[in-house]
Amino acid sequence: MDEELKVIVFTLADEKYGIEIKRVKGIERVMPVTRVPNTYDFIKGVINLRGVVIPVIDLRGRFGLPVEAYTHNARTIIVEVNDIEVGVIVDSANDVVDIDINHIEDPPEIIGGIKAKYLRGIAKMDENRFVVLLNLEKVLNNCELIQFNH
Amino acid sequence: MDMNQYLSMFIDESREHLQSINENLLRLEESQEDLSFVQAIFRSAHTLKGMSATMGFEDMAALTHQMESVLDLVRNQKLEMSVFIFDALFRSTDSLESMVQDIMQGGTGRADVKENVTILKSIVSGDYIKENADGKDKSGHLPAHIDEFQFAIMHQLIESGHNVFRVEVELEENCILKAARAYMVFKALEGSGEIVKSSPTVEEIEQERFDRTFSVYYISQVEESELCRIIGNVSEIESVNVIGLTSDSLKELMVGQENTQNTMVTVADTQVVEQSRGKAEPSAKAAPPPGNALPATRTIRVDIERLDALMNLFSELLLDRVRLEQLASEIRRTELTETVEHMSRVSNDLQNVVMKLRMVSVDNVFNRFPRMIRDVAKSIGKKLELVITGADTEMDRIIVDEIGDPLVHMLRNSADHGIEQLAARVAAGKLETGTIQLRAFHSGNQVFIEIEDDGAGINGEKVLNRAMQQGLVTQDQASRMSEHEIYQLLFASGFSTAEQISDLSGRGVGLDVVKTKIESLGGRVQVDSKRGEGTTFSVQLPLTLTIITAMLIQIGPERYAIPLTTIVETACVRKDQLRYVSGMRMMEFRKNIIPVISLHDILQIPQTELEIAETIKIIVVRKGEKLFAIPVDDFLGQQEIVLKSLGKYLTNIIAISGATILGDGQVALIVDTNALIN
Repeated sequence: MDEELKVIVFTLADEKYGIEIKRVKGIERVMPVTRVPNTYDFIKGVINLRGVVIPVIDLRGRFGLPVEAYTHNARTIIVEVNDIEVGVIVDSANDVVDIDINHIEDPPEIIGGIKAKYLRGIAKMDENRFVVLLNLEKVLNNCELIQFNH
Repeated sequence: MDMNQYLSMFIDESREHLQSINENLLRLEESQEDLSFVQAIFRSAHTLKGMSATMGFEDMAALTHQMESVLDLVRNQKLEMSVFIFDALFRSTDSLESMVQDIMQGGTGRADVKENVTILKSIVSGDYIKENADGKDKSGHLPAHIDEFQFAIMHQLIESGHNVFRVEVELEENCILKAARAYMVFKALEGSGEIVKSSPTVEEIEQERFDRTFSVYYISQVEESELCRIIGNVSEIESVNVIGLTSDSLKELMVGQENTQNTMVTVADTQVVEQSRGKAEPSAKAAPPPGNALPATRTIRVDIERLDALMNLFSELLLDRVRLEQLASEIRRTELTETVEHMSRVSNDLQNVVMKLRMVSVDNVFNRFPRMIRDVAKSIGKKLELVITGADTEMDRIIVDEIGDPLVHMLRNSADHGIEQLAARVAAGKLETGTIQLRAFHSGNQVFIEIEDDGAGINGEKVLNRAMQQGLVTQDQASRMSEHEIYQLLFASGFSTAEQISDLSGRGVGLDVVKTKIESLGGRVQVDSKRGEGTTFSVQLPLTLTIITAMLIQIGPERYAIPLTTIVETACVRKDQLRYVSGMRMMEFRKNIIPVISLHDILQIPQTELEIAETIKIIVVRKGEKLFAIPVDDFLGQQEIVLKSLGKYLTNIIAISGATILGDGQVALIVDTNALIN
């Protein structure tokens, strides 16, 4: 059955979110970042990922959620969308699950403090657990950043 | 059969062959007797025909086939090149180029080649002469260009008292057997002298490939009147024109001939023969003729992406090297130190090799300029010569790719505005032919490209007036500007609008665009000029964009890299040397007052103890003609760094041009000092 979607599940402010695995290039521990001036606060800076310079964003900051110090569980998920490579810092990375594409439902207006436009939908992981799928294109869209700033 | 896998090879090779045709046509135009150029063009056309037919590009094949036919006649000396044939071949080459361009962009390579094919066919059949004979210029059947050898013979014979004539014969309009009549004239002439040269050639006349006139250079003991009588004996002849040649008129002819060939003419009292040798030099400088071409080097084609991958891998290695050197100096074990030192040397050599792989010669862009200048000269009615030196100078492929357009702009500018009109040049006592020198050379880690014309130079007053009208400079500023500073106003943005070109005898359109482009490549451009003598644009570019030498600095908790090319010097100054002048922090530096620009504000660096210290470390940086100082906490030394982009997510970060990875694996940002000051 080709209707399955492989998803990386991670935690952000006690909520479970998912990113399609084909967008994920790797999961790293939180690495020392070099600050980049004159950008948004949620852009933590750039890291050296095996010789490639990659920007890193704090996903809590991106969604305006309360920012907390990173625990040893925190991870940087390296994603690639439309040729843009970005590291996304999350509270923890948990699992890889298969999701039935036919069972993805439209997201509610707002969930866990994140607006629906950044979300792709809600899917069932198993009997009683749900995962919120992120719309990475929107999350990493620079035009959206400007709106966010207002 | 799937041809796609061969397509890129076809495109590459077609472009090379077209370039070679273009170049060789230009060389042939300069020295029409040299059949080796014809051979080279023929071979290229032949290969193109074969390739395009195989790939199914029929229009290309049809056109190259006709070109081949024309060239075949020329190389077998059955057809003499003329302005008309040159133009036809150039036009056909253009048409082929646009077809290849179309194929590159995924098109079918179809084009209407009918017109060009018809013209070429008419050349092969000889019909074009009839079409062009009436009305148009008679240059086609003026006596053929005499070569040095023929000139020398005639010159000598005149000196030794022989009569040398130019005989022009016109046959009657209703003459039926033209070749036979011409033959009779030749026969009659040969009875009492010798024919040095005929135009059209004897072969062409035998094949009746001429209109009604032909002419010969003729050496004889008989007098003019006798000659007229001899030829007059042949029937069906309309007119005979016999001109006796003297030593002087022969020289004039030789010089005039060079003029029509649009080459450099140096009128001197020394031997004319030497001069005509001299004229071959410029083309020899531009590129070696096929005759003494280098033996073909063995090459392979490599995908550029693979080279980039190699470069990336190598830069990883470079980081580890720096790290290893650090560790070795900490651990202090002889074996380790020696091994690391050896590795450093090897990696230095490797770096050179890797860099060289990415280097291409500037000839890749220069090679299209002779053709461009030829076309510009024709369209604006000036005589121009482009002298290229240093075309084998190498630099990074990326820069070579990008530098083409700015150079085209400056060259056109020199041709259009730099070189005066013919009449003005003559009035100024200059040669009719304007010379544009295009030079490339290495100096240190930089490549210099200069464009020098021998035109009228820049009219500083006009430039200044225009700049003041445009509000680019105030009256006050203007009065204090040096001539050199005034010239640089040409690059000011907003200086050029369409209206100015006509007003300003100097230069005009879009030089600010040129400057922006060159600066974005990490280079600089300047202009200098001498009234009445000419103008020189000089462009200075880095050899490569991927590895640069930079000064690492510490400011607060952060480290930054500043490219060494922008740094004038580093210094320590006493705190009291800094002062406030109308709200701006300034300092005295080598008898100049220069601004002090703090990176704290611009880069939002957390404030440090900097202000408390008695002495302050500064870096003096140059932007164009301006200097300014940047205070830093510490100098961390200079280092070769590998330039990395910040990626597409972070674009247009103020005053940051990129990033690099330091020996400890951390990322440091590279400061774009040009953005620090306006």
